[in-house]
Amino acid sequence: MGKTLVQKIFDGHIIDRPSAGTVALEVDLVMCHEITTPPAILDIQNKWGDEVFNPNKIVALIDHVNPAKDSATALQGKVMRDWVRRHDIKFYDVGSNGVCHALLPEQGHVLPGMTIVCGDSHTCTHGAFGAFAAGIGTTDLEAAILKGVVFFREPKTMRIQLDGKLSENVYAKDVILYLISQLGVKGATDYVIEFCGPIIENMDMESRMTICNMSVEAGATSGLCYPDGQTLEYCRQRNLEIESLIWDWQPDSDAQYDKDLLFNLSLLEPQVTFGSNPSQVKSVTEMAGTKVDQVYLGSCTNGRITDLRIAAKILEGKHIAKSVRMIVSPATTQVQIQAIQEGLAEIFIQAGACFTNPTCGACLGMSSGVLAKGEVCASTTNRNFPGRMGKGGTVHLMSPDTAAATALRGFITDPREVI
Amino acid sequence: MKIQEKVYFLDRANIDTDQIIPAKYLTGISISGLGPHLFEDLDMPGFSQSNQDFQEATILIAQENFGCGSSREHAVWALEANDFKVVIAPSFARIFRQNMFNRGLLAIEISQSEIDQMFNAAGRMVNCEVDLNEKQIKCNNGLIFRFSLDEFAERLVREDGLVGFVAKNY
Repeated sequence: MGKTLVQKIFDGHIIDRPSAGTVALEVDLVMCHEITTPPAILDIQNKWGDEVFNPNKIVALIDHVNPAKDSATALQGKVMRDWVRRHDIKFYDVGSNGVCHALLPEQGHVLPGMTIVCGDSHTCTHGAFGAFAAGIGTTDLEAAILKGVVFFREPKTMRIQLDGKLSENVYAKDVILYLISQLGVKGATDYVIEFCGPIIENMDMESRMTICNMSVEAGATSGLCYPDGQTLEYCRQRNLEIESLIWDWQPDSDAQYDKDLLFNLSLLEPQVTFGSNPSQVKSVTEMAGTKVDQVYLGSCTNGRITDLRIAAKILEGKHIAKSVRMIVSPATTQVQIQAIQEGLAEIFIQAGACFTNPTCGACLGMSSGVLAKGEVCASTTNRNFPGRMGKGGTVHLMSPDTAAATALRGFITDPREVI
Repeated sequence: MKIQEKVYFLDRANIDTDQIIPAKYLTGISISGLGPHLFEDLDMPGFSQSNQDFQEATILIAQENFGCGSSREHAVWALEANDFKVVIAPSFARIFRQNMFNRGLLAIEISQSEIDQMFNAAGRMVNCEVDLNEKQIKCNNGLIFRFSLDEFAERLVREDGLVGFVAKNY
């Protein structure tokens, strides 16, 4: 029987089977941010002599609160800086950093076939490159830093084939919101999803990252796309020659999946969440008219340059509604620079938006745009859980296109109406 | 290995880790200090952290997809700080479930109909004995539930968590 892509990646990395159903995998890349890593660093220092398994396979950064907002977050940064200096670990500090799941691909750290872990649930983003990437907790992270090993149950496999052609104003975010609504928030728990079909093949890498990023919102361990010409081109732009990897990391044509799903999305409309979990999704036409107080454009889901370009196209030469405030947070420093060079930053500022530094910030209610009780936010982020962007606040998830249209009118707006 | 303790019922599906421990408490560098903030933002009728039943309980009985969302192990540390040792639910999010085992805590999955039986008995069921050897939950009202546990998870719980296991074996 043929193998799926994730089965091939597992086969190439298994170093042990400690118990039935569980594998120990060799880790190719451990990504470390300032929220979940410091307790692991301190525990290793206290108990295991400050060891790291291989500093060349660790990349560290500041992203959740960037720059520090108080003395507690400053101390998190200091623990990270001291640690990377002691071990000569690659570090992206304030001023050259960004949201980890946007930054690492952008800086050329991610390749097909890799195993990647981070103390962050949206690590599945990197699956867009045909890597196995998964979020873990701090204890797993500590073991990964110490020994370069991580444990997973043998994954159940799910293939999602996406047929058809997306309409104008329908983007990757609409696709993944729709898929989560169909799978449910635990419909893919313990599965690794492999996304494929013409819709994925026609997507650029940034769109694929948006899709894979939110696979965890259906419960999935990870979500992958098969490497192809798009992957090759993206990596070439970063001086990474990966031609042989493209061919190595494909599923067999006779691979068997535990679940095999097919959707035709030619008639899909822009999607918006209601309620308080990401599977509660309606088409924008049903949600139109819902008043919002804030529009947020950013995050590891939709804070990349293509996302900013889409929103800027809607906002160019116009002004957001008086009743609303808009925050644009480019996902990385590079995206920030590019947005300035392309004139996007000016479009946002002239339109009345606040153009911030890169940070996870308001997505998780940490900083830079937290909601007050009773406020409503139209957001390009990934979670609408109760109080996620601020206690008592409500979040509607949507694409950058729909978010920008919403900013113009102050209520949820179908982007097809404002072209 | 047996745990006989008081139970507390949380009757809501999809309680995510933001609701278990809000993000504003993720700014520390150690795992301590989270106890008072467990479920601080959980906006649920009848729930209060100061409730005596909640304070005395060490076994949490919850609904499906418990612990979804953010990978923050702070959620498990906050439960630990309040002496919780076991969460029983129809399903868990993967990362939360693994975080529980990695800290030597039990995340036990039983079927939705069995959970329904527990919730239906909520007024009368105040104690449970969780027996890891027999893979059995015995409730004070006479209900008995069998459960299975992934072999690796059981090993971690018995060996008191992941890091020691890894340091010893790899």
